[in-house]
Amino acid sequence: MSGTHGTQTSAGPVLGDTPPEATAATGEVGDNAAGMAAVGRVARALMPDTGVISDPTQLRTYECDGLAHYRVTPALVVLPETTEQLAGVVRACAEHGVPFVARGSGTGLSGGALPRADGVLVVTSRMRTIREVRRADQRAVLEPGVINLDVTRAATGEGYYYAPDPSSQQICSIGGNLAENSGGAHCLKYGFTSNHVLGAELVTPQGDVVQLGGLAPDAPGYDLLGTVVGSEGTLGIATTATVRLVRLPEEVRTLLVGFRSTDDAGAATSAIIGSGVLPAAIEMMDALAIEAAEAAVHCNYPDGAGAVLVIELDGPAAEVQHEYDVVERLCQEHGSFELRLAIDATERALIWKGRKSAFAAVGRISPDYIVQDGVIPRTALPEVLRAIADLSSSSGVRVANVFHAGDGNLHPLVLFDDGKPGAGEAAEKVSGAILDLCITHGGAITGEHGVGVDKAAYMPKMFTDDDLDTMQLVRCAFDPGGIANPGKVFPTPRLCGEVPGKRKHAHPLVEAGLADAF
Amino acid sequence: MGQPTTVQAEGPQDDPRTAGVRASGPVPVDTPTVRPAFDDEHPPSAELISDCVHCGFCLPTCPTYTLWGEEMDSPRGRIDLMKAGLQGAPMTDTMVQHFDACLGCMACVTACPSGVQYDKLIEATRVQVERHHTRSPGDRAMRASIFALFPYKRRLRALRGPLRAYQASGLPKVVRTSGLLDRLAPKLAAMEGLAPVLEKREKLPSRVPAVGERRAVVGMLTGCVQGEFFPGVNAATARVLAAEGCDVIIPKKQGCCGALSVHNGRQEEAERFARATIDAFEAAGVQTVVVNAAGCGSSMKEYAEVLADDPAYAERAKTFAASVRDVSELLAELGTVAERHPLEVTVAYHDACHLGHAQGIRQQPRALLREIPGLQLREIPEAEICCGSAGIWNVLNPEPARELGDRKARNIASTGAELLVTANPGCLMQVSSSLQRQGTRIGLAHTIEVLDASIRGLPVSTLGPPD
Repeated sequence: MSGTHGTQTSAGPVLGDTPPEATAATGEVGDNAAGMAAVGRVARALMPDTGVISDPTQLRTYECDGLAHYRVTPALVVLPETTEQLAGVVRACAEHGVPFVARGSGTGLSGGALPRADGVLVVTSRMRTIREVRRADQRAVLEPGVINLDVTRAATGEGYYYAPDPSSQQICSIGGNLAENSGGAHCLKYGFTSNHVLGAELVTPQGDVVQLGGLAPDAPGYDLLGTVVGSEGTLGIATTATVRLVRLPEEVRTLLVGFRSTDDAGAATSAIIGSGVLPAAIEMMDALAIEAAEAAVHCNYPDGAGAVLVIELDGPAAEVQHEYDVVERLCQEHGSFELRLAIDATERALIWKGRKSAFAAVGRISPDYIVQDGVIPRTALPEVLRAIADLSSSSGVRVANVFHAGDGNLHPLVLFDDGKPGAGEAAEKVSGAILDLCITHGGAITGEHGVGVDKAAYMPKMFTDDDLDTMQLVRCAFDPGGIANPGKVFPTPRLCGEVPGKRKHAHPLVEAGLADAF
Repeated sequence: MGQPTTVQAEGPQDDPRTAGVRASGPVPVDTPTVRPAFDDEHPPSAELISDCVHCGFCLPTCPTYTLWGEEMDSPRGRIDLMKAGLQGAPMTDTMVQHFDACLGCMACVTACPSGVQYDKLIEATRVQVERHHTRSPGDRAMRASIFALFPYKRRLRALRGPLRAYQASGLPKVVRTSGLLDRLAPKLAAMEGLAPVLEKREKLPSRVPAVGERRAVVGMLTGCVQGEFFPGVNAATARVLAAEGCDVIIPKKQGCCGALSVHNGRQEEAERFARATIDAFEAAGVQTVVVNAAGCGSSMKEYAEVLADDPAYAERAKTFAASVRDVSELLAELGTVAERHPLEVTVAYHDACHLGHAQGIRQQPRALLREIPGLQLREIPEAEICCGSAGIWNVLNPEPARELGDRKARNIASTGAELLVTANPGCLMQVSSSLQRQGTRIGLAHTIEVLDASIRGLPVSTLGPPD
């Protein structure tokens, strides 16, 4: 989502009598126990026993996604197997003013699937059928719980694959990818999820089932699909996605290039892109990230490297050969001391394994860490990296860097030991300062992990109140009851006006200073 | 509906970013007198639990997650439950149900980029479950009969006669087509379906001398299920080792290694078997102990942990554990000298979980098979996912085990191979019953039987497919 700075909005609609438990961005249990119980009854009527979880022991395993700092135990978890079941539960939530949060495989890194203590967690892990692979049309029709890599597995035999490849592609779900507009190493050339989703069946926050887009590109009317992709579960839950499949390239070359410093590697990256070559991916890892990956998967990266680039070139063989020559020359000109070309699939897999396991591998060198996600213009790379190094040395907090260098998407990993008093706070400070760096260099607070709960507080640093109000208008249009993943993306809870009923007095949340009338 | 549990009850919750969401607080429990899940004697380690960063990379390789798609039946979900237990949550039936459902295949250990030692965590948890959880009378009786039978060679041997008579009688067909047993006693039906067609037992001498130059002296574990249900595998192991220049010592006094007990939290029993096994091989005076069953080798390599609290055995257990080798591991270390004769056959190699995931032995058996002229090796899709055997899991959980077995059988059939090769008796029994059910005709053999046939120049037909 890009900023629309300075957009003027007229005065907001009148505040309705929306029940507080339906709109507050809190994890607090509201007084809507009756509503919750009603939703539970509906869920049990719609689904088999195993599809509705209310045992506290079991609920506990759903209290966080891939961002384990934030934990809230949901009141209820449902595991629908069909659109009808899912829509029925959402409809009941709408009717009874109960908030709901959607979750796929629970691998998100911004807490987007953090549950609500007063709400329902709608998990799509049992909606995992690949409905159709249409080879001739280069399309696949998928249920939201289908695992990203399984799409490629299903299409490879036909000569196709699904291009967006987040590091967690072996487990992250298509529904989650759609909600977060997930990227991946290869989005430099192939684009994000939004470039690959052509249609979706969406259960709106009122429980209606609607079709957005379709098999053909560029549907007439407003681009609602574009609005929904990347909306982080605030505009509804996708129950089907129609995605584009991409032809497997004739040739793939994966290079591992060792540099003495991140400055050299960054300069090489800019030179490559500047030359007009567009690799499928350019990934960078610094010394600390290399150390972690070595410890985890023994990927055998070059000894003594201050940074490595993983560069992948793909396409027709002749084109790849030409690009390879250019890339090799530019790397050498910018101080590379070792260049390895993966000669077979096993070697290529090992190079990628080091990169793709890097986040989790950091667990080997540090008891706790924060995965940061920011984006900057590529040319600012060396400067921002130096500033991060300065932050690290002045604070004594170690920072490992793993990132999609080609498109300036940084993933600094801020290391700390939560057992040491104050270490967590110091790490969070450094992590926040890195985001400030991104903003001051013309970048953004998230490249691909989403805002979720983790970065909601940073939104006002990037957007004016008017910008945020405009976004809020979209949200209210889809979700007047404010029940779809409330508390995420936006810093201050806002209340929508389009709720039936007359306003008699100020909303309790406004009185308490917790929300703005909008 | 009960009140939802929150991790931390205190503190303002208006901002989820700060709303008591750090996982440090105790889980409030309904009654203050409730006993926490774990006692202080080796509970699952909080330090090992903290290695888990909740990334979810373990989920797609976990057999129960692939079956049911729910978090509490995944490795990271079970780790969450262990954490809850450490923080004072009681050991409820629900909690135990999810620990019990874990097959212990250790695919998650292979998949984990953060190096979480789930194997140690689940084994510590199982010991606590055995200590503190009262099982239903039916479950207790089933487990008691399993553990009164399987680890004891003589009892298994006593079963051989009636089993062979039953198999020869034509009754099995009647029983299986009637489906009666499935309805009356599914767990018993599972056992009936798994029993392999028994071959004639070959009596092994206590010493098999090396052929040609002696390159090593090794002790050999004969095992209980392997020895009684698959005696041909032991005979082949001794012959291949001898052909490769090993003096093979087979101590008469050896019994069960305790693998089933280790993997099911039966600590005292496991310790007893471990001590006896160490005694037997120490008395034989061998420096290396060779094992041909993946599950046995994996637990014998863990003896140092099993006997860590026994001052009389702790050191000896360390030395012993370091001397244990899977037979393919040892043969790869030694290098091949015996001539291989051609076997014109396509082979699908199945990684037994306790060989691949638990011992990290994947390349050695493949390399040994590739050395055989004419043999073509094929990889099985979804190789990392357990076949559902998992020690006694398939007896205790017949329905999901059958689903996993059928999934494995479909993947095996997709290779089009003529022969399925693996290194664990449990996998062979489990997979063969699934293959039979789906009507795939394929030969079944242990890696060592294939090597034996090649060295002896036997025809492929000796390895199946069975009638």
